[in-house]
Amino acid sequence: MAVRTTNQKAWLFVLPVFLLVAFNALIPLMTVVNYSVQETFGDNVFFWEGLRWYQQVLHSERFHDALLRQLAFSFIILAIEVPLGIFIALRMPRKGPWVSVCLVLMALPLLIPWNVVGAMWNIFALPDIGLLGRAINGLGIDYNYTQEPLAAWFTVVLMDVWHWTSLVALLCYAGLCAIPDAYYQAAKIDGAKPWAVFRYIQLPKLKRVLTIAILLRFMDSFMIYTEVVTLTGGGPGNATTFLSIDLVKIALGQFDLGPAAAMSLIYFLITLLVCWVFYTLMMRNEAD
Amino acid sequence: MARIGLRQLRHSYLPNPKSEADWALKQIDIDWSDGGAYALLGPSGCGKTTLLNLISGLLQPTEGRILFDDVDVTAMPPDQRNIAQVFQFPVVYDTMTVYENLAFPLRNRGVADAEIDSRVREIAEMLDLTATLERRAAGLTADGKQKISLGRGLVRPDVNVIMFDEPLTVIDPHLKWLLRSKLKELHQKVRTTMIYVTHDQTEALTFADQVVVMQEGVVVQVGTPVELFERPQHTFVGHFIGSPGMNLLPAELREGAAWFDGQRIDTAKAPGSAEPGAKIEIGVRPEFVSLDDSGLPAEIVKVSDAGRYRIVETRCGATRVNLLVGEGIPVPADHAFLRFDPEHTQVYADGWIVN
Repeated sequence: MAVRTTNQKAWLFVLPVFLLVAFNALIPLMTVVNYSVQETFGDNVFFWEGLRWYQQVLHSERFHDALLRQLAFSFIILAIEVPLGIFIALRMPRKGPWVSVCLVLMALPLLIPWNVVGAMWNIFALPDIGLLGRAINGLGIDYNYTQEPLAAWFTVVLMDVWHWTSLVALLCYAGLCAIPDAYYQAAKIDGAKPWAVFRYIQLPKLKRVLTIAILLRFMDSFMIYTEVVTLTGGGPGNATTFLSIDLVKIALGQFDLGPAAAMSLIYFLITLLVCWVFYTLMMRNEAD
Repeated sequence: MARIGLRQLRHSYLPNPKSEADWALKQIDIDWSDGGAYALLGPSGCGKTTLLNLISGLLQPTEGRILFDDVDVTAMPPDQRNIAQVFQFPVVYDTMTVYENLAFPLRNRGVADAEIDSRVREIAEMLDLTATLERRAAGLTADGKQKISLGRGLVRPDVNVIMFDEPLTVIDPHLKWLLRSKLKELHQKVRTTMIYVTHDQTEALTFADQVVVMQEGVVVQVGTPVELFERPQHTFVGHFIGSPGMNLLPAELREGAAWFDGQRIDTAKAPGSAEPGAKIEIGVRPEFVSLDDSGLPAEIVKVSDAGRYRIVETRCGATRVNLLVGEGIPVPADHAFLRFDPEHTQVYADGWIVN
């Protein structure tokens, strides 16, 4: 019997991807893992600390507060951007010259660099010289986002809604355009009211794009950094200090690399966990 | 259930139709009786789906009127016309169960729950869907989904007409047979007026009592399957229906008869006169051409075996003539003589039959 030889050369084809993933993801991640279990005072001197940093982070009130703020922020913007995005998508024209106008207008906020968005809103919302700030104060409402936590939150949320609702709307629009006419015709013949058309045709058909939109928006908002730092710098006080901002303060401000590394890993795991739970819930009914 | 009348119906997708070619549907007058099974047959783009959408109200006709039981419904929206339509691709409400899908048209019309329940179960029984009633509609196969769309029409007891827009396109071939006979059986049971659009002649001829053959927005013939086969009113019907289609031979009219290649051909009716300059053709189906000892000389080009018979392709001068030869009848190797059955040989002028 002939002995079957396996051609091992195929591994060479996998090697580039392997290297890419290694340098891109594995090695940086392992570096963070490495930092998270040791203490360092520079000069490449490390002391083993075990799980101490993890315990410290998980028990720290500062972390709890930042996490809560982060979750609240993600929840608020999802609660606004998803319904608003669907609503805009439903209102956008399906054909005619206005389609391209709408698409371009909708895409504009997505094309602006994030720090520019922050800077724009920083000026726009200033109570003395900003258009928005002046307008709100002009209405008789006391508004100063540099001093009042509530005003700061309002501004941060408004900025995010302005920046990212387009993404949800465009994804939903694409999903709506993919629904064949026959569904609307059948609904018309079956005597369905507009709400029933939305509830039983459009929403179910949007489920997949909405899953993507919500996942993307959750991850992005959960890791938001640039815009908020440019707008409020995490303040007033710690009012808008989200996890990523706090992380940077610990790692680069205080140079506590060990706790910062442990915090990054916890942060990463929470993001992953929430996404997984969410995805599983959304896709639960897909099988039957 | 209703009688359907189309009066001088014309439709164009352009806002200002000018030339004849701008009309997707050129002048149609038809009367369909209550409870009949009708088929609209024609190649893609002939206007049959346009006609269907006009009847269902998804489109507004440019001109003309549509009557249901003598009531003018031309201006009514689809839900008020009380019609049902089964589309080419199955339309089901994904998130609902089969039961909820069937109940949907009744719920929208505010029917009482008890009545909905009995109607849904009755229709599900008819369509063999009872076992799947509690399952989600999205999980069913294409033929199951198509049955649901049909069921949503049948479930309304007062539905005027059920229309089918090439409903078997996405169904597996072996299930097409089943669903087709199911449809026929249902029609005989419920006796709702049904209109079936297709480009497949087998589907049309097996389903319908009466077939409307369309070409380029014009109805070329309305008739029973037998009439379409034996006496096509237009050469288009001749070659579109039948496999292979009708033979057409260029001819001339002389001495009250049709002549092809210097031979007098006996026809069903002695052709009168046609407009001068009209293109005269003799039409005869392969089924009515036979081999003989004398007659029209022909050259055998090809013989293909189709099971119970053979399709023989011959050439008379420059004209191709197909014929069907039954089992056990020898086919000569090269030269033969053809005989046309005079009862089934027609004369056409510019495509239309000459009486």
